[in-house]
Amino acid sequence: MIELENVGYSYGGGELLSDVSVQLVAGSFYFLTGPSGAGKTTLMKLCYGALQPTTGRVKAFDGDLRDLDRDQMAMLRRRIGVVHQDCRFLDHLPVADNIALPLTVSGRDMAQENANLEELMQWVGLSARAHALPPQLSGGERQRAALARAVIMSPDVILADEPTGNVDWEMSQRLLQLLIELNKMGKTVLIASHDLALIRAAKSQVQARVLRISDGRLHLAGADL
Amino acid sequence: MSEGRIRALFLGDPQAARVVPPSGFTAQLTLFVSGAMAFLAVFALALSLASGRLATRWAEELARSATLRINAPADQRAAQTEAALTILRQTPGVARARALSVEEQTALLAPWFGSDLALDDLPVPQLIEVIEGEPGYDAAGMRLRLAAEVPGAVLDDHTRWRRPLVDAATSLRRLGWVSVLLIGGATAAMITLAANAALSANAQVIEVLRLVGARDRYIAQAFVRRFTLRALIGASVGVAFGLAGVLLLPEASDEGGFLTGLGFQGGSWLLPLLIPVMGALVAFVATWAAAHRTLKGLI
Repeated sequence: MIELENVGYSYGGGELLSDVSVQLVAGSFYFLTGPSGAGKTTLMKLCYGALQPTTGRVKAFDGDLRDLDRDQMAMLRRRIGVVHQDCRFLDHLPVADNIALPLTVSGRDMAQENANLEELMQWVGLSARAHALPPQLSGGERQRAALARAVIMSPDVILADEPTGNVDWEMSQRLLQLLIELNKMGKTVLIASHDLALIRAAKSQVQARVLRISDGRLHLAGADL
Repeated sequence: MSEGRIRALFLGDPQAARVVPPSGFTAQLTLFVSGAMAFLAVFALALSLASGRLATRWAEELARSATLRINAPADQRAAQTEAALTILRQTPGVARARALSVEEQTALLAPWFGSDLALDDLPVPQLIEVIEGEPGYDAAGMRLRLAAEVPGAVLDDHTRWRRPLVDAATSLRRLGWVSVLLIGGATAAMITLAANAALSANAQVIEVLRLVGARDRYIAQAFVRRFTLRALIGASVGVAFGLAGVLLLPEASDEGGFLTGLGFQGGSWLLPLLIPVMGALVAFVATWAAAHRTLKGLI
């Protein structure tokens, strides 16, 4: 589904990632962990083409990202749902419009998609906040809205970068449940998190592989997690 | 760019326009620049058209008339005048010729010597007005005959001072058109700056749109449509004010000379209506180019 082959990434003269090879298998659940600044966000950005590897190559859905033109890259991003740590909303649009943004930019008929949008907002528990503006939401609500936006196009892969970074334990469990539900629907899920308690909680509910980045290299984490 | 794409830019998904925050100084800047430039363009156009009309009129009027000057001693002046008039009447291509009266010659000199000038006291030559017919006369042939039969006659067909005047009016017309072009260029430059500023100010919006799978065309559309409509509205207001200003200018008159008659005539009143369309087109191209340049710089 997404494959990194001997990927290296250098920034500012330093090598952030080196010889990273990993394959995200369809329908699997992954955690990506490591200390702050280890390169978790960078690796995620490489997966959806927001960054170009310095060495090696990234393949998504059997295509090399280097071979994609700008329109094809846009199409690829419709198949990969991304939840950013800082959510990245358009603050002048209501929550419902932000969640529906991937549908809007892809030219879908919103009259036909309204039922799906309402159902999704209900699923993440934001029906009552549909007309609120993003700055009016709490941390947990923002993360759930970001998750809803990431999955509204029914993508094959969901990449979540520290989705529970700014929320309390109870909310992080709720978000985790939503991601596990998505995985059970057949979606490939990759969560970048340094929250080991969350990873342990997830492993008790879903078969998750844990990848750890340290010193620029990627390792499969052992049973200590 | 295909017709369908252009139509989509103007009439396409209105949601695309909503994704960019509506406010910002670039909105006011675009409206003001478009309005001011359109206002100036109306006057440049009026100047150009009026100069064109002047050039044509001067060329036509001066080309049809000439002056014959009889520089003869007072006792021979009447005889030489009569001889010159006879030659002129016999010359093919001369529609009519007449000697100016004393009153007319006094009036011509009045600006310099006052109206109470006694013409008899001065060695003023007799002037004969020659009106050319169709086709015109042979000036070189006429000069030769006059030199032989009326030695004091000098034919002035106005070419010497007609050409610089017509050239000046033609240059003025050219200047008007160059001004219109420069105004268009300046509008494009200002709108490009405004569009670049808007694109920079909305860098985060653009990044979010790209992350959720928006194509470059979709993102550009949001900016292009907005700037094009602003330019159209601003230029329409500018043209309305410009036309009102032209209407308030004094009518063409002999007393006012060149400074009057700066305006439109007949069908040319419709020409300024093209300015908002051209302004919108300039904004469309400038914003489209700026948006694509910016987007190409992003991964």
